[in-house]
Amino acid sequence: MLKIENLHASVEDKAILRGINLEVKPGEVHAIMGPNGSGKSTLSSVIAGKEEYEVTDGTIVFNEEDINELAAEERAHKGVFLSFQYPVEIPGVSVTNFIKTAINENRKAKGLEDMPAKDMLKLIREKAELLEIDRKFLSRSLNEGFSGGEKKRNEIFQMAMLEPKLAILDETDSGLDIDALRIVANGVNKLKSKDNAVIVITHYQRLLDHIVPDFVHVLYNGKIVKSGGKELAHELEEKGYDWIKEEVDA
Amino acid sequence: MSKYTEDDLREELKTKEYEYGFYTDIESETFPIGLNEDIVRAISKKKEEPQWMTDWRLDAFKVWKDMAEPEWANVNYEKPDFQAIAYYSAPVTVDPNKTLDDVDPDLLAMYKKLGISVDEQKKMNNIAMDIVVDSVSVATTFKKTLGEKGIIFMSISEAIKEHPELVKRYLGTVVPTKDNFYAALNSAVFSDGSFCYIPKGVKCPMELSTYFRINQAGTGQFERTLLVADEGSYVSYLEGCTAPSRDENQLHAAVVELIALDDAEIKYSTVQNWYPGNAEGKGGVYNFVTKRGLCEKNAKISWTQVETGSAVTWKYPSCILKGDNSVGEFYSIAITNNYQQADTGTKMIHLGKNTKSTIISKGISAGKSQNSYRGLVQISSRADNARNFSQCDSLLMGNACGAHTFPYIEAKNKTAKIEHEATTSKIGEDQIFYCNQRGIDTEKAIALIVNGFSKEVLNKLPMEFAVEAQKLLEISLEGSVG
Repeated sequence: MLKIENLHASVEDKAILRGINLEVKPGEVHAIMGPNGSGKSTLSSVIAGKEEYEVTDGTIVFNEEDINELAAEERAHKGVFLSFQYPVEIPGVSVTNFIKTAINENRKAKGLEDMPAKDMLKLIREKAELLEIDRKFLSRSLNEGFSGGEKKRNEIFQMAMLEPKLAILDETDSGLDIDALRIVANGVNKLKSKDNAVIVITHYQRLLDHIVPDFVHVLYNGKIVKSGGKELAHELEEKGYDWIKEEVDA
Repeated sequence: MSKYTEDDLREELKTKEYEYGFYTDIESETFPIGLNEDIVRAISKKKEEPQWMTDWRLDAFKVWKDMAEPEWANVNYEKPDFQAIAYYSAPVTVDPNKTLDDVDPDLLAMYKKLGISVDEQKKMNNIAMDIVVDSVSVATTFKKTLGEKGIIFMSISEAIKEHPELVKRYLGTVVPTKDNFYAALNSAVFSDGSFCYIPKGVKCPMELSTYFRINQAGTGQFERTLLVADEGSYVSYLEGCTAPSRDENQLHAAVVELIALDDAEIKYSTVQNWYPGNAEGKGGVYNFVTKRGLCEKNAKISWTQVETGSAVTWKYPSCILKGDNSVGEFYSIAITNNYQQADTGTKMIHLGKNTKSTIISKGISAGKSQNSYRGLVQISSRADNARNFSQCDSLLMGNACGAHTFPYIEAKNKTAKIEHEATTSKIGEDQIFYCNQRGIDTEKAIALIVNGFSKEVLNKLPMEFAVEAQKLLEISLEGSVG
């Protein structure tokens, strides 16, 4: 589904990713861990197509197609979803209005008519229930005055609505208390299928207790320096990142 | 990455053309250029006006001659040469006894282009409409239906002849001829406009609407609107405007007077989309407008405006809250792009006790434009327990535009409660990327963000107008991110 080869990327001429290789197949859950400043969030932004990041070398292939030249919205139309670490506020635009616009823009890109209001409403209800989202929440301005938990839950709600092929969860656990973490993780687990894939970007092990990865990769200095199964996450939790740094720098 | 960048956006924005910039070739009768007493007399004569009206105009002209153009607004433009403008232009096929069927087919075709098929409006929308092209009112629909309720809705020229007592009684009572330079000019040379009277206790069953259009080159448009809502009545009034794209600047100096008698309510909504000039700031309409309403006891006047057009806008729809418990509201969205300049806001004059006013102003600036809010809240010594709430928000796009706020407060009564809130924000790259990531392209993202920003005001517009206004916001702003 996703094949990244020798990916180099920089922002404002500063190299951040220095040769990433990663392959994600349908049905898989990959965790990307690493110390602060290792390039985790950059990787997610580059895959999603944020324009400040310049790809200087390498390829990103999504479903057999090189998406490097595609605009962010085109990648979204193809099924790439990014759950933001810091979701932005859009005052005056309700959660409902925003997701409705997103759904219809995605449909338009596929040559489909707007979703009938009745179907939209049904879908919203269904997904809101899945994520234990209160109806009142849906009429609030997007992310304005939301708590950390509400913001992240809203991200997963949008993911549920858009049904992406590849979901990248960027530090979805940050700012969540244990209950919110459970709800969000449950949501993600319910949305998982053999046809879609999830990349979980996280600093800590705790989210991975709920969303169990098939593979764990450690990112350090813009490179994946170690890959393994879920036990690698436990090892990191126990020993920290220093031994990895030492291993790499040695 | 070959991406749709900000620069591409800016480029596209520059080349975005004004949708209503066509000119319709209809035969017109236009007066020679220049302004003097003879021209004022000739206008009055052309309109077959009674002597009192001619005298009123001549008085206004005398006052105007000695007045100077105001300089205090935060706008910069080449002053119009008032002797180089034709003060009267009319499509010749307009018959004073017109019905819709008599209207020049070219005119009707023009309305179609404007998206206002009079015929359809008449049948479907339940909106009674008066259309003013250049200087003359050419079609007033629904006259009969309204007549049954005693509502008078006609061009002001007709009203001067058919209801002189009403016009004489109210004309110039809210905006006196001496009020300001442009009001005086308008009083001398206004050639048409709308008149509306809602009798006691009548709730007007439909939206009343006027559509203004400058068509002829080198003419000014000076329309005059007078709206009287008698005791306990209600009316919602809509006003829209467009003009052809021309290299020269066209002058539009209108006066609107609203009178809400005891317990009456007037809702006045404007979508102003005069030609804003091209991307280099050439051409465009000078929009110098005086709008004011008077509220008697328990009366309410609501101004809602969406200002997207004009090269220079100078406009302050105001309320004089004379009666006790009267209410004034001002909801405004002003968008400026390229080299447009807007200095707009309101005046809330609290004279009566327990008077209340609300001001919500949303300014959106893009390109190299300048957008100013200027507002006055005045509480007189007799106005016990007056209350005002003002909120002025500015949204900036790019680094070359400006947003300014000039709030003036004069309170002479200690019981007054005045609140003022102001914010300035910018559309961020992060907001755009967030939308992009959800599959929403940049154009649509901006529209979404701007609509959200303007929501409190858009919500105040009548339904059919709100849809038009939203589209207009999108067109006016297509792609200006910074």
